Amino acid sequence: MREDFAASDAAARIGLICRVLARNTVSTAALLFIATLAVFAALAPWIAPHDPNATDLDHVLRGPSGLHWFGTDQVGRDVFSRVLVAARLDLAIAVSAVLLSFVIGIVIGGAAALYGGLPDRMIGRLTDILMTFPLFVVAMAMVAALGNSIQSIVLASAVVNLPFFVRLARSEISVLRSQQFVEAARAGGNSELQILFGFMIPNALPMLTVQVSTGLGWAVLNAASLSFIGLGVRPPTAEWGIMVAEGAANILSGFWWLAIFPAMALTLTVLCFNLLGDGLRDVIDVRTRR
Amino acid sequence: MIRNSDIWRFFLRRILGALPLLVGVGVFTFILVRVLPGDPAAYYATGPMATQEEIAQVRIALGLDQRLPEQLARYLRDISTGDLGRSLVTGQLVSSDLRERFPASFELTFFAMLLALSFSIPLGIVAAIRAGSWIDHAIRFVGTLGVSMPAFVAGIVLIFVFYFKLGLTPEPIDRIDPFMLKPPVVTGLLLIDCLLAGNLAAFSSALARLFLPALTMAIIVIAPLMRMTRASMIAVLSSDFIRTARATGMGWWKVYVSYGLRNALLPVLTTIGLVVSYQLGANVVIEKVFAWPGVGSYALNSLLAADYAPVQGYILLMACVYVVINTVVDIFYALVDPRVRIK
Repeated sequence: MREDFAASDAAARIGLICRVLARNTVSTAALLFIATLAVFAALAPWIAPHDPNATDLDHVLRGPSGLHWFGTDQVGRDVFSRVLVAARLDLAIAVSAVLLSFVIGIVIGGAAALYGGLPDRMIGRLTDILMTFPLFVVAMAMVAALGNSIQSIVLASAVVNLPFFVRLARSEISVLRSQQFVEAARAGGNSELQILFGFMIPNALPMLTVQVSTGLGWAVLNAASLSFIGLGVRPPTAEWGIMVAEGAANILSGFWWLAIFPAMALTLTVLCFNLLGDGLRDVIDVRTRR
Repeated sequence: MIRNSDIWRFFLRRILGALPLLVGVGVFTFILVRVLPGDPAAYYATGPMATQEEIAQVRIALGLDQRLPEQLARYLRDISTGDLGRSLVTGQLVSSDLRERFPASFELTFFAMLLALSFSIPLGIVAAIRAGSWIDHAIRFVGTLGVSMPAFVAGIVLIFVFYFKLGLTPEPIDRIDPFMLKPPVVTGLLLIDCLLAGNLAAFSSALARLFLPALTMAIIVIAPLMRMTRASMIAVLSSDFIRTARATGMGWWKVYVSYGLRNALLPVLTTIGLVVSYQLGANVVIEKVFAWPGVGSYALNSLLAADYAPVQGYILLMACVYVVINTVVDIFYALVDPRVRIK
């Protein structure tokens, strides 16, 4: 009996998701793009048509062609393969950074909401202070402090994303705290931890998902900007920000394809994360639903 | 009726409320710099040939032999008197370096904000009036595209199109034509200095060079400003006094702009305070792309040269600018909207 119910429930859910997707064509397109990119990024080392770091001095700065779809760069590397492999690195950085700030944000924000009082005020003050700095500058200083490595970019992006997750988790959980179903769960003999993980976090998840989507876009943007100014990932690693920085030197000689293709990949990826975030917010947040 | 003293009390409370934030900012930069690699004493000593005793002397002179809380107190005292240390690269005081370069960044950021507002407010109004139509969707999509574009991508694309392809703007380097006679520095704001000197040729050269970097910076903040204008216009347009205004047959300018926009602008003002932070961060990248001699490129060059006093000073300056702007916005808000003051 119970399984039938679960099955029909799941079917109803899938039906709802399909209907929502059909109504939000832009968000669906964004989701499809991200999914495709993620698959290609994961498989990049095996499906890239050329070795991303193989130089070919006989074919330097060639325009886009059937052999080299996005052309070749100043040392003859295949731009298409590099853009593809870079997607893997940029997405990996963004996903790990956002995952970190998501988990830590829930813990800190949740603790602030549950304990209230002094811890809450202190956490609030600390996030305020962090948000007082231009966050990109904080990320910059952190990468400089931690050394030029992928780990420090991940950590820096996680830190600048953190205040948003802390604030969101705090406000969501403090609203949920006084809801009747939480009272009921407490009356039903659930422990505080069970209430937190079984009742509050699942209900806070939808809004947090919106923040994850926007945060992913922002993390990609941050990582690329850091590499662009010469911090973090170092050449010759294929990374979108570095590729744009290297291509920028050639763009005024007319070799536009070096910078434009990684720039397009970067912009499209961030755009899709943002569109998806907006779409999800429209679906989830009843307050803005019209 | 609200008395004058209430307003002053609000101002005082708001300004005093910003003080702990500023102290927190100081502590944060202190911690950040303590984490940065390298021994400052070894840097400040006479060079790579410095002996251990010399380094130890410098360490004592810098107070680095003291316990951390004492160092922190000393640091906070120094920065409260405006002493930000000395840059190893330029050999000058960080405070005077920053003072010299700040006007360039200020001019860029301010002009970018004006550009962004001149796009986002009209577009936000149109999107609100035609909410739900294809125009609304198109405007919002373009705004999202702008916010999704990294500042350096926007800058490079603009340089490629306007300078390289169309030849409409001068080369994207520095604030003014290097062969042009620069006006005497009065305010440091080049446009104003040119006008003060009555040098219109220099003014137009400076304006032409300011245009592309400012447009780049405007593009990334148009979306949040436009969204806020749209959202608050939609709320205002659905209120009773707008319906009454429409019913009495007033012209669209009077309904939408005189009555509608004036009441919708307040939330936009708060958003301005918030996006300034985003602009200040983007400064670093944009100043690099356009070789703009502002504080952002100064901080970046110092950072890449492992010269940390300027970086520290820059971060501190940016945080203070942000706190000051938001305090001013809040106070302005309270002046315009009496409801904010009663709390």
